[in-house]
Amino acid sequence: MKKKGKMTNRDLTFLLITIPVVLLFFCFNTLPLIKGFMYSFTNFKGYGDYDIVGLRNYIDLFGDERVRNSYLFTFKYAIVCTILVNIVSLILALGLNSKIKGKSALRGIYFIPNILGGLVVGYIFSFFFTYILPAIGQSLGIEALSSSFLSSTSKAWIAIVIVGAWQSIAMNTIIYISGLQTVPEDVYEAGSIDGVYGWKKFKTLTFPLIMPFFTINMVLCMKNFLMVFDQIMALTKGGPSQSTESISYLIYQNGMSGGQFGFQSANAFVFFVVIVAISVFQMGFLGKKEEQL
Amino acid sequence: MSKEKIRAKERVNWPITILLILGCITIFFPLYMTVMIAFKQPTEMTNDIAGALALPKSWSLSNFVEAMEVTDFWNSLGNSLLLTVATVVLSIIIHGIAGYAIGRNKGEKKWYNIVYLYIVSGMFVPFAILMMPLVKQTAQMGIANRFGVIVLYTVFFFPMNLLLYSGYLKNIPMALEEAARVDGATTWRTYWSIIFPIMKPMHATVAVLTAMSTWNDVMTPLVIMSGTGKNTLPLAQLNFQTQFGTNYNLAFASYLLALLPILIFYIICQKQILNGVVNGAVK
Repeated sequence: MKKKGKMTNRDLTFLLITIPVVLLFFCFNTLPLIKGFMYSFTNFKGYGDYDIVGLRNYIDLFGDERVRNSYLFTFKYAIVCTILVNIVSLILALGLNSKIKGKSALRGIYFIPNILGGLVVGYIFSFFFTYILPAIGQSLGIEALSSSFLSSTSKAWIAIVIVGAWQSIAMNTIIYISGLQTVPEDVYEAGSIDGVYGWKKFKTLTFPLIMPFFTINMVLCMKNFLMVFDQIMALTKGGPSQSTESISYLIYQNGMSGGQFGFQSANAFVFFVVIVAISVFQMGFLGKKEEQL
Repeated sequence: MSKEKIRAKERVNWPITILLILGCITIFFPLYMTVMIAFKQPTEMTNDIAGALALPKSWSLSNFVEAMEVTDFWNSLGNSLLLTVATVVLSIIIHGIAGYAIGRNKGEKKWYNIVYLYIVSGMFVPFAILMMPLVKQTAQMGIANRFGVIVLYTVFFFPMNLLLYSGYLKNIPMALEEAARVDGATTWRTYWSIIFPIMKPMHATVAVLTAMSTWNDVMTPLVIMSGTGKNTLPLAQLNFQTQFGTNYNLAFASYLLALLPILIFYIICQKQILNGVVNGAVK
């Protein structure tokens, strides 16, 4: 059918489909990426003239306390959230996959947080943390709860973790459930003959078999949490005193309206490299573990 | 299998069932709080917990009427619907056929494999880095509006949808297409009459995943459409918050209105949505 050097009709059709979509993709994904990279070598404010400043933005980036704090906060948030979400999701998934009454209704309910928008959920929780939780704390006499989390520089991040986790647990639970359903029943039967129960059953039988799903969840979680924006916007706007400023929020805030277009472009590029590095590392590392098991 | 064993298999695990039902409180409590506050008048909001959580004195819809007016609810809802529907339709049409063209060739032709990897790696590009150049670019092109946002969504969801479609195509045998080709159908016709209908389950998954991300997205319309005076539902809440943030009853009525469309949609299409999400995540 196919002759070398001569293009068939079929090949031509494929080419005519592929070229426009690749161009479109280039125009709105790769081109802005390159432009952002180029802006990162300038002192562009977002308007007016600008000069090329070489690597100065990148050098300044490492000395900038606000940028450093945003990285510290974002990583603290992403790591705590990823661990918390995966533990809770796995427990929930094990529960929702066992022999319970009203299984599909319960699964449906536990997925609700995922369909709701992060911004509105953030506003609702903002009220909860500002008024309800302190009122509960005061009436129970628990001092740690009796003032608002959101106005404390040391505790505001916990509130954001709770809201972020509340929404993400839904998604990760569903993925773990579909993972648990791939485990064949006879594996457990064989296990019970050998007297493997409880934690040991989970550790030696269930968990190794759902390892691929663990990998997906870890990578998805980490990537999404590192890009946290909506919850910050709704709950704290980066405060109090910039203690909850995520990298995305800082780039938005200072790059779009703070006159730091060039500088934040450098920040964004470093952020991009960090995200790629972490995702590649995670997939490589967890992929290797999968092979061993 | 002995009778006893069958019975053990069927036995309902009540402790876990009860724990899971109790756990639902964590899901319903925020929603309950939203409904209660949304129906109350500001005078009913005392400083204790009951002020916020007790049932309202009367179930008046006045907060909702006012919130609809202040947030321009119907227009925001219309914009959100327009963005979501247009993005979903374009994704299914464009990403489907691109997935076909690239997926069918990437095994044999190096060039298509490079294209595939190039686009899929776009998944790792965070919006934060594209944001600032895109604001400039869309303004220069004159598409810093709803149309521009739709174009951007179509580009942003391409990597994931390409992955989904080309993954699904692996399970569709070439023999089906070859039969059509022998009958004289062009590749273009073959796609629309044979492949496109077969990929229906994947269209559903793509539709669900794309719709959920589009509907709830704040950042893209926030930075691209800010000059147009047009709002999406989440954006309306953001603007509302900066203007009327202190009237909680009005604010919560507005939040509830913003949550209702997707909640209703979820209740109707729960099964399809869950299936779609699982399909997408596992692939």
